[in-house]
Amino acid sequence: MYENRKLGLAYISPYIIGLVVFTAFPFISSLIISFTDYDLISTPSFVGVDNYAYMLGDETFYKSLGVTFAYVFLTIPLKLAFALFIAFVLNFKLRGIKFFRTAYYIPSILGSSVAIAVLWRAIFSLDGLLNTFIGYLGIPPVAWLGEPHFAMLSVTLLRVWQFGSAMVIFLAALQSVPQSQYEAAMIDGASKWHMFTKITIPLITPVIFFNFIMQTTQAFQEFTAPYVITAGGPAKSTYLFSLYIYETAFKYFDMGYGSALAWVLFIIVAIFTSISFKSSKYWVFYSGDKGGKND
Amino acid sequence: MTDQATQNQTVNYTAMQINQEVKRTLRKERINAAIRYGVLLLTGLIMLYPLAWMVSAAFKPNYEIFTSMSLIPKEFSWDGFINGWKTGTEYTFARFFLNTFAYVIPKVILTVISSTIVAFGFARFDIPFKKFWFTTLIATILLPQSVLLIPQYLMFREMGMLDSYMPLYLPMAFATQGFFVFMLIQFLRGLPTDMEEAAMIDGCNSFQLLWYIVVPILKPAIISVALFQFMWSVNDFLGPLIYISSVEKYPIALALKLSIDVTEGAQWNEILAMASIAIVPSIVVFLIAQNYFIEGVTAGGVKG
Repeated sequence: MYENRKLGLAYISPYIIGLVVFTAFPFISSLIISFTDYDLISTPSFVGVDNYAYMLGDETFYKSLGVTFAYVFLTIPLKLAFALFIAFVLNFKLRGIKFFRTAYYIPSILGSSVAIAVLWRAIFSLDGLLNTFIGYLGIPPVAWLGEPHFAMLSVTLLRVWQFGSAMVIFLAALQSVPQSQYEAAMIDGASKWHMFTKITIPLITPVIFFNFIMQTTQAFQEFTAPYVITAGGPAKSTYLFSLYIYETAFKYFDMGYGSALAWVLFIIVAIFTSISFKSSKYWVFYSGDKGGKND
Repeated sequence: MTDQATQNQTVNYTAMQINQEVKRTLRKERINAAIRYGVLLLTGLIMLYPLAWMVSAAFKPNYEIFTSMSLIPKEFSWDGFINGWKTGTEYTFARFFLNTFAYVIPKVILTVISSTIVAFGFARFDIPFKKFWFTTLIATILLPQSVLLIPQYLMFREMGMLDSYMPLYLPMAFATQGFFVFMLIQFLRGLPTDMEEAAMIDGCNSFQLLWYIVVPILKPAIISVALFQFMWSVNDFLGPLIYISSVEKYPIALALKLSIDVTEGAQWNEILAMASIAIVPSIVVFLIAQNYFIEGVTAGGVKG
């Protein structure tokens, strides 16, 4: 809008410096480091594609990758479906909506903290709260954190518990769907379910897409919960990829292999994101009057 | 005559029918509302019960904690707080609190300043290669940070900044969290520019424009940015875990992790007491300013 290009450049110059120093440079460096063997003490030595070749035969790599995918594909649909469902219920102009919105949002602001991970351990441990509860029902205690599938479920539930921020975004989108659309459909005799699937869902696809992308990229990088609650166990059943990267680099000081792992994660996320964006052309509908607003 | 009678009857009949229909709909509506409230209350319970339980457990003696689900301690005790506050280290928990704010506050301030300036540049100026810069901004939001972790660590090691708070907040001076810049750009784009134009005609330079006109209008968005950055930074665990190694510099996140590592066969009342205290700043800030959060979240999402 203002013509002075040099001045504009000056205003965004902090960003450009940050981009070069703290993003672009580390980004490229990490690729270079992934072709070296470096333990922080001796000088890095170039080893070609050794790290990547090692990865192909590395069982922990496959295990960790599988666990990460399981985590993402379990968490995201559960969380988003639940968030959308609750937003749908809240959208009925009920009394006390503000109270519920607050109650549901609180876990989102605390959920990624160590304090809550600690709480989760207290709930799901063998002599924990959940077993006290099912004891009332006459069910014998379950080793929630000691049995691979349950451990994964426990960690997943912490993410789902934080559905509030996605829900608030859904709710705002639902509230912005013009009432006239529903009225027209009602006259045509459409059922509630029909209206939801045929009118509401298509109109909020941009927001579904936004939530999906943001939540997925975050879930691929989940670290605190599995690290604190289960330390990746039992039998590496919650050993998410970021735990593997962290331990490789900062516990075993294998910077080369750590960087290679990080790059593989980056490529996976990049492929995943670009597929999502490509596919969005087919299922995300931007209403006409708002088109081109992004430019 | 008869004709009119039948007509009257029909009218009566339909009126009754409508009446019945209305009643039925109302009843259905009432049942639906009850179901909705049931769902909402149950969900609310699942959301808040764990937190309430954590706080109540902090007031229970250790042996009582897992014996019942009750939120009211049978035997009320401050021991969890008193002993937890002392921590297993030579420092009290107060130290870890202060340490946390020692980098969270600079982090928030730097983020707000740099993001506002950069967003102003993006939203209001014609910049060479603007499309390119904007694309990189979106890309950094989506870029998994783990790919930057190792080189950044090596970089800060080279600069002699390990075991200091610098690595945690220095990058924020350069608007490195694209999400916030993006959020502010979105807000700015939605604002009319006539006030700025008028000020420019009156001879304001661009910095005066930013300071006297844009910042005041942008205030709600700026507050949202500050609040989010505050929450995320207080919760951040991986950053301190990598960069902070001496216990005297530990923030809350690391201190809590330490407390569950040290005490196997854990003193849960102490741990949960400190965990309860740890979430107080976030809860207080959220309750005071929750509208900014909701607005921030939805602005980033819906307008995007």
